[in-house]
Amino acid sequence: MSILRGVGIGQGVATGPVVRMAEALPAPEKTASTVGADAERTRAREAVAAVAAELQQRADAAGGAAQEVLEAQAMIAEDPTLQDEVDNRIDEGSTAEWAVHDAFAGFRATLEAVGGYLGERAADLDDIAQRVLARLRGVAAPGVPDPGHPFVLVARDLAPADTALLKLDQVLALITTDGGPTSHTAILAREKGIVAIVGAAGAADLADGQTVVVDAAAGTVNDSPSDAEVASVAERIAARAAEDSAPPAPGALADGTAISLLANLGKPADAADAVARGAEGVGLFRTEFLFLSASQAPTIEQQRGSYIELLSAFEGKKVVVRLLDAGADKPLAFLNDAHEENPALGLRGLRALRASEDILREQLTALAEADAATKADLWVMAPMVTTVEETAYFTALAKEYGLKTAGVMVEVPASALLADRVLQHADFASIGTNDLTQYTMAADRLLGSVASFQDPWHPAVLRLVREVGAAGASLGKPVGICGEAAADPLLALVLVGLGATSLSMAPAALADVRRSLAAHTLDDARRMAEAALAADDAASARAAAQELTSR
Amino acid sequence: MTASSRTVRVGSSHGLHARPAKLFAQAAKESGLPVTIAKDSGKAVNAASILSVIALGIDFGDHVVISAEGENAESVLDTLTELLTTDHDEDA
Repeated sequence: MSILRGVGIGQGVATGPVVRMAEALPAPEKTASTVGADAERTRAREAVAAVAAELQQRADAAGGAAQEVLEAQAMIAEDPTLQDEVDNRIDEGSTAEWAVHDAFAGFRATLEAVGGYLGERAADLDDIAQRVLARLRGVAAPGVPDPGHPFVLVARDLAPADTALLKLDQVLALITTDGGPTSHTAILAREKGIVAIVGAAGAADLADGQTVVVDAAAGTVNDSPSDAEVASVAERIAARAAEDSAPPAPGALADGTAISLLANLGKPADAADAVARGAEGVGLFRTEFLFLSASQAPTIEQQRGSYIELLSAFEGKKVVVRLLDAGADKPLAFLNDAHEENPALGLRGLRALRASEDILREQLTALAEADAATKADLWVMAPMVTTVEETAYFTALAKEYGLKTAGVMVEVPASALLADRVLQHADFASIGTNDLTQYTMAADRLLGSVASFQDPWHPAVLRLVREVGAAGASLGKPVGICGEAAADPLLALVLVGLGATSLSMAPAALADVRRSLAAHTLDDARRMAEAALAADDAASARAAAQELTSR
Repeated sequence: MTASSRTVRVGSSHGLHARPAKLFAQAAKESGLPVTIAKDSGKAVNAASILSVIALGIDFGDHVVISAEGENAESVLDTLTELLTTDHDEDA
């Protein structure tokens, strides 16, 4: 037996059978057929029909929007023009594999040439081509497995397109051989509360059906557990479930220092789940959902209804609503439809709102009206605030509408460095660690090639957090964290040590962070923060903080 | 043999992509007749081929020529014209 090591996400443990995600198939060679055109045509027809039938079956099972997409894919697999192209190549003497590969590639090039929306669909063709090829070769189709029973998924790494298709209720645990603690897999695991080990290179040798024990707290995978070990895991899972179902206590450190644990929410309907998981309020309510599907801004009445629904779920509790954040990764045509070379550095966040002040004013109106109609403690904040002047502009405007508590999101190094002056004009600051990391490290957070820079553990990012924490402490103003970082139980301690007074995260992450806080004092947290600040890079900062937890 | 054709202005606000293209190709296939579609005076392609339809890159307001051959050609073209002029993206 052996123990494989990686970076554990969260504190959970799980056991179950391994199912590997099949890798993409290599392109076929252009070789002459040895069985003749008729046989190759039959092979191609059978493979295409089987793939189309399978896609149609998945379409029927999926329902909703996914059904339409899968039905279209089934039609593409059996497309008559594609069939002609495949036949032409087979008639010229090629194998069914090459004919399918080459015919799909031809259509792909055509779609890419059309560009825009159609260019994006080109990737769908690759997926279908891979399925047909896998069928021809008699191997498992690449992509997300769906074995029909709960399983431990082992993959190189997961892309957003994979996880969108993954049936999460069947996933007992995730193990990746590549990718680190800031990979998409890790973010997904934290958000959904899935046990995960990332970057476990040794997992490449795990076989389908093999039972493993995945221990995120220890960062290990046991590839041949004894019956006793599996039984003890079952006990730990039951104990954690019992703990999670007990009424959660408010967030506090071991010495009693209160640290509010809040939820990040994207729509009012998610409020009930957050309350059930012990959220003491909402630290970040994203209002984009109201806008993303609309080619024009929603009316004040539409907005008010949604805000009332949200605020009613948190009577007597704090709810921090972020004003519309149109950004690089979520453009809104009615706010900014200009093409920008560097959208992350462009007209986004408060900049975009200010340029369309009527939309900002309408949103503040709807919020003030919803506030008057409900009993929650409403705080409002502006996204991506860069300067002291912007801070003063926004908070004055919010007060004009009678909103009592107005603050800013610190996501840009400029506002972190001047936090002492920014906070003179704001009631609170909330640090968005994802963007703060992107801007500090000058690395586009959506760009895979620079993903290794996107790590909130980097001491440069932590120093900026310290600036904000210190400014908040000296002015007596709350400093919250509402980025990914707050959901990491270890980093949460460091952030508290740097002066954060509340942590907001995906509701599934609350339980582990609550446990982590309860096991350490404010002095512990400060020592960890100092150790992390003194490190040279993100990995050593994490290691230095980890070192102190075991003492 | 009766062959008919007509010119139609596309009413889907996002053009003949994804969902509208699928609905159109599906209807063309189910008609059982050979149906073609061309953008303006361009090359006519098999209307039952979703890939060929998508590859035409038809946008809202474009004019397309659809042709069908066979007994029910007129009624098939009626159905397809109806599909092409409806805005399928409104409820999507």
